[in-house]
Amino acid sequence: MKRSFILLFGSVLTWFFLQVSSNAYSNDPEKFIGEIVAEAKLILNSDVTKDEKAKKLSEIALKTVDIKGIGYYTLGSKRKEISEEELRKYEQLFEKYFLKSFTSRLTDYSDPKIAVLSSEKVSEKYTIVKTMLLKTSKKPEVKIDWRVYTKNPEKPLIRDLIVEGLKLARTQKEEFASILDSNDNDINALFSKLEEFINQ
Amino acid sequence: MYSIKMHLRLLKTLSLVVVLSQFLMTANAHSNEKFTANECFEGVSRGIHKFNMGLDNALFKPIAKGYRSLPVPIRVGTSNAVENLRLLLTFSNNVLQGNWDRAGNTAGRFAINSTVGILGFLDPAAKMGFEKKSREDFGQTLAIWGSGSGCYFVLPVLGPTTTRDAVGLVGNTFLDPVYQITHNTEVLDRSYSEHNYYYYKGTDAVDFRSKNIESIDSLKNNSIDFYASVKSLYLQNRIQKIENEEVSNKAQDDSDWEEIDSQ
Repeated sequence: MKRSFILLFGSVLTWFFLQVSSNAYSNDPEKFIGEIVAEAKLILNSDVTKDEKAKKLSEIALKTVDIKGIGYYTLGSKRKEISEEELRKYEQLFEKYFLKSFTSRLTDYSDPKIAVLSSEKVSEKYTIVKTMLLKTSKKPEVKIDWRVYTKNPEKPLIRDLIVEGLKLARTQKEEFASILDSNDNDINALFSKLEEFINQ
Repeated sequence: MYSIKMHLRLLKTLSLVVVLSQFLMTANAHSNEKFTANECFEGVSRGIHKFNMGLDNALFKPIAKGYRSLPVPIRVGTSNAVENLRLLLTFSNNVLQGNWDRAGNTAGRFAINSTVGILGFLDPAAKMGFEKKSREDFGQTLAIWGSGSGCYFVLPVLGPTTTRDAVGLVGNTFLDPVYQITHNTEVLDRSYSEHNYYYYKGTDAVDFRSKNIESIDSLKNNSIDFYASVKSLYLQNRIQKIENEEVSNKAQDDSDWEEIDSQ
C-alpha cells in the first residue's frame, strides 16, 4: 500500500514538474527566444509527421506569442467599428489563421540553424532580440529580429518578427486592410477569407 | 570614346528625368509616404501581378531551380561577379546623393574585387574593411533629393514599382556604366553587344530568385491577399533602402504598436 502510494505520489510529482518545466520560459527576453528556438528546433528535427509537428509548434505559439494583441494590431482601426460579437468571432478566426500560417511557415524548414546574437531593450514595453538564420548551400543568411513585448516582465510575449527589416505584422495588417478596402469595408469579407484559408 | 551624339542623347534623357522628378517632388513632397502608397490603377496592377506570377511559375522559377543545382562555388562566384558589376550603378548614385563615405567604400570594393578578386568572382574587399553595403539606384537618389514615391503599380515582368521608381528605372540605364558600355559599340574602340547587358541583368534576376524560392513559396501559400503582401514588402524594403537604415534600427520603431498598448 505504502509502496503504491509512493509510486503514485512520485508519478504525480514527475508529471507536475514536467508540466511546469514545459510551460516555463525564462523572463529574460534573449534567453526566452533562445529557449523557444531550441524547442522548435527539437520539434522540427524529430521523426514525427508534419501534422504532429504543427500541433506541437502551435502549443509553443499559444504560450509564447501575443496572438490576441497581434490580431488587434492587424485589424487596425476597424476593430473599433465592429460589434462585440464580431470582435469575438474575429479573435477566434484570427487565432486559427495565425497558428496555421505560423506552423506552415516553420514546418517548411528542417534543421534550421538560428543563432541568438544579442538583445536591446528599446522601451519599457519592448525588447528586440536579434538572431540570425544561418546560411545554407541553398539560402543566404537571414537576419531575424524578434519584437518581444515585456510590459509584464514576468511573462514576455512575441509580438512581431522582423525579417531583414521587413515587419511581418505590418505586412499582415496591410493584407487585411486591402481585403477590407476592396470589399466596401465589410468585416464579413475578411471572415470569409480567413475561413477559406483555415479550411484549405 | 563617347561620341558627341551620345553626350547629347544622355543630356536630353537626364533633363527629362530631372523634369519628371521635379514633378514628383511637387506632387508628393508633403504626402505621408512612410509606410504606404496609393494605387495608380489597382485592377490593372492585379492583372499584371497575376500575369507575372504565371510567368514566374512557367519560366523564372524553373530556371532558378536549375541554377540552384549548380555547384556552390560557381553560384557564389557568379553572384559575386554580378554584384561587383552592380557596384558601378551604386557608385553613380552614391555620388549623386552626396554620400561620399559610401562612394569611397563602393569604389574600394570595385577596385579590389575586380583585380584581387579576379573580375569580381571573389570578395576579398569585405575582409579588407570594405563592407558590403546595400545597392543604390536612381529611384533612391530621387527620394534623397526630396521626391515622393508617387503611386504604386506593377510592371509586366519587372514587378512592383512606384512612379518615382519607374522614373528611376529609366535614369538607371543612363547612369549605369555597364549599360552605356554595352549599348555603345564605340567605347574604347571595342565592340560590346547589347545582349551582354541583358545576360548580366538576367543572371542577377535568376540569382535573386534562386535565393528566395522557399521564402516566396511560403509567402504565397500563407497570404490571404498575396498582391497586398508583395506591395507591403516592396514598399517597406524601398523605405529601408532609401533611409540606408540598419535592420536593427528599423526594428526598434514601435510607434505602430502604441495604439494596441493602450488597450
